[in-house]
Amino acid sequence: MDMTDMNAASATTPPGRRQGEVILDLQNISLRFGGVKALTDISFNVREHEIRSIIGPNGAGKSSMLNVINGVYHPQEGKIMYRGQERQRLEPYMAARQGIARTFQNIALFKGMSVLDNIMTGRNLKMKSNLFQQALFWGAAQKEEIAHREKVEEVIDFLEIQNVRKTPVGQLPYGLQKRVELGRALAAEPSLLLLDEPMAGMNVEEKQDMCRFILDVNDQFGTTIVLIEHDMGVVMDISDRVVVLDYGKKIGDGAPDEVRNNEDVISAYLGTSH
Amino acid sequence: MLYRENGQFKTSYAADQQIFPIFQERWAMALLLLVAFVVLPLVGSEYWFRAILIPFLILSLAALGLNILVGYCGQISLGTGAFMAVGAYAAYNFMVRIDGMPLIVAMLLGGLSATVIGVLFGIPSLRIKGLYLAVATLAAQFFTDWAFLRIGWFTNNSSSGSVSMARLDVFGVPIESPVTKYLFVLTVVCVFALMAKNLVRSAIGRQWMAIRDMDVAAAVIGIRPMYAKLSAFAVSSFIVGVAGVLWAFIHLGAWEPAAFSIDRSFQLLFMVIIGGLGSIAGAFLGAGFIVLLPLALDQIPHLLGIPLSTATITHLVHMIFGALIVFFLIVEPHGLAKLWSVGKQKLRLWPFPH
Repeated sequence: MDMTDMNAASATTPPGRRQGEVILDLQNISLRFGGVKALTDISFNVREHEIRSIIGPNGAGKSSMLNVINGVYHPQEGKIMYRGQERQRLEPYMAARQGIARTFQNIALFKGMSVLDNIMTGRNLKMKSNLFQQALFWGAAQKEEIAHREKVEEVIDFLEIQNVRKTPVGQLPYGLQKRVELGRALAAEPSLLLLDEPMAGMNVEEKQDMCRFILDVNDQFGTTIVLIEHDMGVVMDISDRVVVLDYGKKIGDGAPDEVRNNEDVISAYLGTSH
Repeated sequence: MLYRENGQFKTSYAADQQIFPIFQERWAMALLLLVAFVVLPLVGSEYWFRAILIPFLILSLAALGLNILVGYCGQISLGTGAFMAVGAYAAYNFMVRIDGMPLIVAMLLGGLSATVIGVLFGIPSLRIKGLYLAVATLAAQFFTDWAFLRIGWFTNNSSSGSVSMARLDVFGVPIESPVTKYLFVLTVVCVFALMAKNLVRSAIGRQWMAIRDMDVAAAVIGIRPMYAKLSAFAVSSFIVGVAGVLWAFIHLGAWEPAAFSIDRSFQLLFMVIIGGLGSIAGAFLGAGFIVLLPLALDQIPHLLGIPLSTATITHLVHMIFGALIVFFLIVEPHGLAKLWSVGKQKLRLWPFPH
């Protein structure tokens, strides 16, 4: 691709920066906890290689939506198509097996372990040696440990956290913990990455770093990203498409510019005059 | 000054993955093993082996097994005594009922039997956590107490309810004298400690710790909670079962179910907590604290020449020992192993402040 093409491409972004196939299609999802309706009849899809944001006021059901996607919650109604197949009830570890990784709104790192071990856990699905080989730490088990360590070091390099690799994660500042959590998800080499407020509580520099990492992941590895974020500047800048939830219902869906001008969205965020 | 990694550069991941990455530590460990395997057998008295070293080593092994479950996987168990008992009685039955059964094979089969029972009683861990799980594992304790007391088959219909094991040998070498018993136990403990350390630094160990620290996140990155928890129960009760075999065969010689009562379960849990949850060295430190310290305290008035009656000394030991437990838990809730590693960190910089 020469320079003129690149300029042409960047001039037209977004919408339609990356036109992939639909890999995740959520159809009429409803989720209830007893009498509380967390999600009501929500449909949207995610295309391969795009950055898809979910926004909405507090309690709109954004995190519940992610929990539905990776199997932590099981919706009462609706259909989930993943890579062209209807998904049956599945547990979170099965979602991970299908290449779905995620980070959490409240950091969910393994506090007692070092940065290195936390990110190494992200590769557990790819480790094949059995209990006895591991007990002897010999041959296959050791080779595997070294091979995966190399991959993990690539992630550590990518996220620029080399200097803290042996530090217990509990001792790290908040921003770095968020970064380690992203690293743990990346170590699994996911095809679909769910990020639940990766920039919450960060200062501007940390947000910029995190944005850079997210864009780089998307760009270099082609990872599809579903992002929940409250910082509208970030969302409008980096998303290809945005879906807006309010009180568990979808009130808007489309490219950032469309969503920005959607009247329902404006009233959900700013309120309406009565 | 002596303990630091200055100039010791790691040039491969294999070198970085060593159990003792620092040169001085490797020498200290080699020295410790030399003392344990060579020097002590030469200078130790029979009392030392019989009353101090053998019980210390076997309880360390049991604490190590329990630590895998409680410290690494975060599943509280009060059934340790029961799993020891299963190991001991199973190995006894293999020895009595099968002619020419070698001791080591019986020991491993005892461990495997404990594994089966351990996994069975570990199933509730899939649904319940914390103190509730502790209460559920208590069921194992009461069940085995009852089974080994009431079901005659397990004790080969012994009329007194007590069973005994004599004339042990390994590869034709009789395990009779205190020194040979000590060396046999020491070898078993070293082998299991090494394997346990390997497990906890491998993928399975990380899975256990992930489940312990944040089970939802662990499941989300693809760890099956059922596999991780039950494998921790399996490995833990295997080691605990082997420790039970050693305790019964080597230390006691003749035993009844009371040897594996709930007191034993609590004692082992205290060792793990005081020694350090989630640490292999912690199991040894905890066992040392609980086994050796009362013995040492017992001797102090005698050594100082203070005339106290034996009963008074016993009471004093209980009080001081209790106070020390409280003291250590306040100073370092993460146990002696944590104190030890903090000490090592300080030593790396000493005599400079930072």
